[in-house]
Amino acid sequence: MAQLEIQDLRLSFGGLTALNGISLSVDTGEIFAIIGPNGAGKTCILNCICRFYHPEEGRITFEGKEITNFAPHKIARLGIARTFQNIELFQGMTVLDNIKLGAHVHLQSGFLAGGIYWGKARKEETRLRREVEEQIIDLLEIQAIRKKIVGTLPYGLQKRVELARALAMRPKILLLDEPMAGMNLEETEDMARFILDINEERGVTIVLIEHDMGVVMDVSDRVFVLDFGTKIAEGPPEEIQNNERVINAYLGGSDAAFSKLGM
Amino acid sequence: MPTGLFHTTYEDDEKIFHTLWVKIWMGGLIFFLFAGLPFVASPLSSFFGFSVQHMANMIGIFIIGAHGLNLLTGCTGQISLGHGAFMGVGAFTSAILFMKAGWPFWFSLPAAGLVTAGVGMIFGIPSLRLRGLYLAIATMAAQFIIDYAMRNWTSLTGGSGGLNVDRPSIFGFALDTDLRYYYLILVVVILSTIFLKNLLRTKTGRAMVAIRDRYLSAEIMGVNLFKYRLLAFGISSFYVGVAGGLFAHYNLVVSDEHFTMWLSIQYLAMVIIGGLGHVLGGIFGTIFMVLLPELLRIPTEVLSNTYPNIFAIFGTLRELVFGLVIILFLIFEPDGLAARWHTIRAYWKLWPFSY
Repeated sequence: MAQLEIQDLRLSFGGLTALNGISLSVDTGEIFAIIGPNGAGKTCILNCICRFYHPEEGRITFEGKEITNFAPHKIARLGIARTFQNIELFQGMTVLDNIKLGAHVHLQSGFLAGGIYWGKARKEETRLRREVEEQIIDLLEIQAIRKKIVGTLPYGLQKRVELARALAMRPKILLLDEPMAGMNLEETEDMARFILDINEERGVTIVLIEHDMGVVMDVSDRVFVLDFGTKIAEGPPEEIQNNERVINAYLGGSDAAFSKLGM
Repeated sequence: MPTGLFHTTYEDDEKIFHTLWVKIWMGGLIFFLFAGLPFVASPLSSFFGFSVQHMANMIGIFIIGAHGLNLLTGCTGQISLGHGAFMGVGAFTSAILFMKAGWPFWFSLPAAGLVTAGVGMIFGIPSLRLRGLYLAIATMAAQFIIDYAMRNWTSLTGGSGGLNVDRPSIFGFALDTDLRYYYLILVVVILSTIFLKNLLRTKTGRAMVAIRDRYLSAEIMGVNLFKYRLLAFGISSFYVGVAGGLFAHYNLVVSDEHFTMWLSIQYLAMVIIGGLGHVLGGIFGTIFMVLLPELLRIPTEVLSNTYPNIFAIFGTLRELVFGLVIILFLIFEPDGLAARWHTIRAYWKLWPFSY
């Protein structure tokens, strides 16, 4: 069953068409990769889902509910989480606080209860701490840095903290915007492992935008190829690797491109 | 982090004070503030040449207001140049309810906070669209509008003459001396500090700091920006309104002269010098800003006795030095006194084996 469905999405900035009638559907529990050259409109799709951008046409439905006109902060309540291409962490807060903020929509206590810090609010905070420690920090192996200020951490770890923060939202679907960008081989492998773990153990649907073709072809169930705001192919990785149009349009058809696709 | 700290539950690790020593120090400090300060106040007063008790009361009142502005500017990242006027709203509300409507003090003081919170939230509405300098200008408008109202709404505020206010009594206990009033202020200061500290380590505070650091990503995490910005304005104005109420009954007269633009800027200076976003920042900054002019008065007076001419020429010497000290502070300690305090504490923790 399609969990996230996008129909005929159109978006333009002035005269520039960023998305030209995109339709796609993501099934529950799969890893769905979106690839394409720079400026193809991959991040625009995520920004439309998160309501940062307002598409001129088209419908976005999540679990049968149309979300095209939702306010951005209400998207989180539905179980849609995302990470960003350029890290968007709260630089002045500790790693723990960053992750805890991810659970914002799941906390009930208001500011009065929080300020008095007694009874329900206190229990809730302790429960949250336990959840964050045992289910997220352990999984992503960031125990050693949990009390550090995020701004002081190296890039690779910040990416990991951002994933942790998205996980604290208890998402049903996780939109990852280039989670491996700028990482070395070891960090990339770690991140790929985490993505597979999250998908398999928690059944979280994953939408992945990534330029590392090796990773994309290895982990994803289906790949969606985008060029200049239009879809040029969609299908399982093996099919995409052999698709004539993808090779020509996206990779220029050179030999180097073939090896980049892992062939 | 202190050594020898072995927490076995998450609840332990979430505590504010981790070790027994810190708790003993805090207990000692509070004990001194309650029982010790009143005794040392009068000898210190004759030494410094100003009333230490009065200074302690003023510091206490302004700490509450500085906490409020610190929550708004330091934690939520929304600048306000209207907090001086908001304090005036609190002062006049409590004064009018107490003197004209005959409300008991126990109701008029919280009412001052609530009314100010409402006014602050109305003037906080532009914060949804405006940021930084533009918000500063918008809140400055609040300062001028309220200032104008206080001066010209004569039937309510007494105009430029102001209102006379009596000292209140609580449960038949008249708070008629500086010392008695000091205890009331001290209790409110402690409660407001605890509330602020707790707020910052729970859901609401985290959301506010997230808005300060990166509001777009906070919105994606499900933080309702409008709600939390307004809430920050509300809580912040509540604090400063209570401070205003306490000030009114302490000062015995309220008029618009007390709550000018200058006070708003002083509040901002307090939280910046103390340290934006630190609970300790509001406390340190206020102590610094209230005490420094008084301490600077001592050398000026000594000099004016020895060289009367200098005092005549440099009549504003005190203000000059005051400005200079603030500029030097901002250059050499831009993170505020609270950051310096943390550095000093970290240094002594491992001394002399700091490597």
